[in-house]
Amino acid sequence: MTSSCKTVKREEFKNDDFRPAKISFSRKYLSVPYGLFLILFVVLPFLLILYYAFTSKTGNFSFENFVDFFSNPTSVSTLFISFIIAIITTGLCILIGYPVAYILSKMKAKKGFILLLLFIMPMWINFVLRAMAMKEVMTLLGIFAKSDAYNFINTVIGMVYDFLPFMILPLYSILIKQDKSLIEASYDLGATKAQTFRKVVLPLSLPGIVSGSTMVFLPSMSAYVISDTFGNGKITIIGKLIEEQFGTGANWNAGSAIAIILLIIMFACTFLCGGFNEESNARGTNI
Amino acid sequence: MIKKILSWLFLALILCFMYVPILVLIVYSFTDSTIIGNWNGFSFNLYVKLFTEERISKMLFNTVSLAIIAAFLSTVLGTLGAIGLYYSKGKFGKCIKGASSISVINAEIVTAISLALVFSLIAFGKTYFSLIIGHMVLCTPFVVLSVTPKLKQMDSSMYEAALDLGASPAKALFKVVLPEILPGIFSGFMLAITLSLDDYIVTAFTKPVTFDTISTYVYNAVKNQAKSELPALRALSAIIFVIMIIVVVVMNIRANKKTEEIR
Repeated sequence: MTSSCKTVKREEFKNDDFRPAKISFSRKYLSVPYGLFLILFVVLPFLLILYYAFTSKTGNFSFENFVDFFSNPTSVSTLFISFIIAIITTGLCILIGYPVAYILSKMKAKKGFILLLLFIMPMWINFVLRAMAMKEVMTLLGIFAKSDAYNFINTVIGMVYDFLPFMILPLYSILIKQDKSLIEASYDLGATKAQTFRKVVLPLSLPGIVSGSTMVFLPSMSAYVISDTFGNGKITIIGKLIEEQFGTGANWNAGSAIAIILLIIMFACTFLCGGFNEESNARGTNI
Repeated sequence: MIKKILSWLFLALILCFMYVPILVLIVYSFTDSTIIGNWNGFSFNLYVKLFTEERISKMLFNTVSLAIIAAFLSTVLGTLGAIGLYYSKGKFGKCIKGASSISVINAEIVTAISLALVFSLIAFGKTYFSLIIGHMVLCTPFVVLSVTPKLKQMDSSMYEAALDLGASPAKALFKVVLPEILPGIFSGFMLAITLSLDDYIVTAFTKPVTFDTISTYVYNAVKNQAKSELPALRALSAIIFVIMIIVVVVMNIRANKKTEEIR
């Protein structure tokens, strides 16, 4: 303690000429490396995708990639199926994740946190490995790949299995912060338990539902490893379509166009959900 | 009372759903069969294989070293970025925040192909460098997101107090601001490691051809029906699981101690 005081005093004499304006400048410029990084590896790549999406193979400006996509019944049905899978997955994750987060948030802080860890821990085992194991379990149970309907259901189960923690985390972090006195006030004013939940707890936890949904809905449209594993090769989602265009298909223009379509869907979703909520949208970073 | 039992039953059911596949992996890590479901008698062969076969140990080393390097670089870049963004109010800051949130909500596949385009068209080709950049793009925004709340919680007058007491801005940053936001930096680092370890898509699109992480190896091995080293990874899952359990138990004990100290 004393030594640090001494060093501070010594600094005082060196820093006779400091001006507050200069200091705020220097702090601001700490984000310059990050800004450059984003420009080089986020903005520039994005512009490249835009360029490829709106040019034909010969390099001329055209909408042909988009026309091709929407005039091809297979790709349109792929878009439709991914959408359905993503919606069902998100719905199931809310139905399962909300009660889990609610029960955990009602427990004593320490117990709830340890149990929460148990729900997050599986993420530490490689997800491709876990998906394979889940598939083997399904095979053992005899519910794997019997018919097309099973392929679809299995894909949804796989998605829920992988994305459930991403729903539980933001819900938990918002439910645990909820002001308990509001609930008590609701009881005091004569509301029943069901009413209190419907009119107080649920509306207040809406931001958590929204950010959990964005964490589940958007990835489940592009997580083709899961649809490949669980769909028995019969389920194609939009992410797989992009991968094929950049891999075996080698049509970068078409692939970029699909990527742009996916991006538009995403921005539409985040916009509909009331914008990007920085506070609670961090995959549970803020617990 | 009934409600309590029901809610515990519900939690147990969901935990079963999450852990049964992992438990199956662990049980079948003690037998030497190529596929799960075939019990070939008890043996530690897979564990021996895990530590002796060169391909597996190389893949493990690749995965872990990549995660640590990428997470470290992301944490440094993201922490600096978060501090800078917190103090910059103008258009410049808004633009960076916008770009940063794009890469959070962006689908991984779009991030992956856009990076693949950049690296194959403009610079370097697909090398170890491009792989690290890919993982940094994936992780850094999440570091920023976990550091920013800690900056907001911090008492801003502390930094000014340090300056008033004669510390240089750099010194005030290191001695006052940094310790305050350390929990956020740490959780950002852990999140970055988790994201990097678990990633398949970005890795697949930015990695050099001969380089394999666990994710890409498993996925390709299953796709090409070449499962020679796959069973050994069951042993790896078992080991990770045991480490996880130890972490939870240690945290539990530490939490108990803390509450006792408070009493």
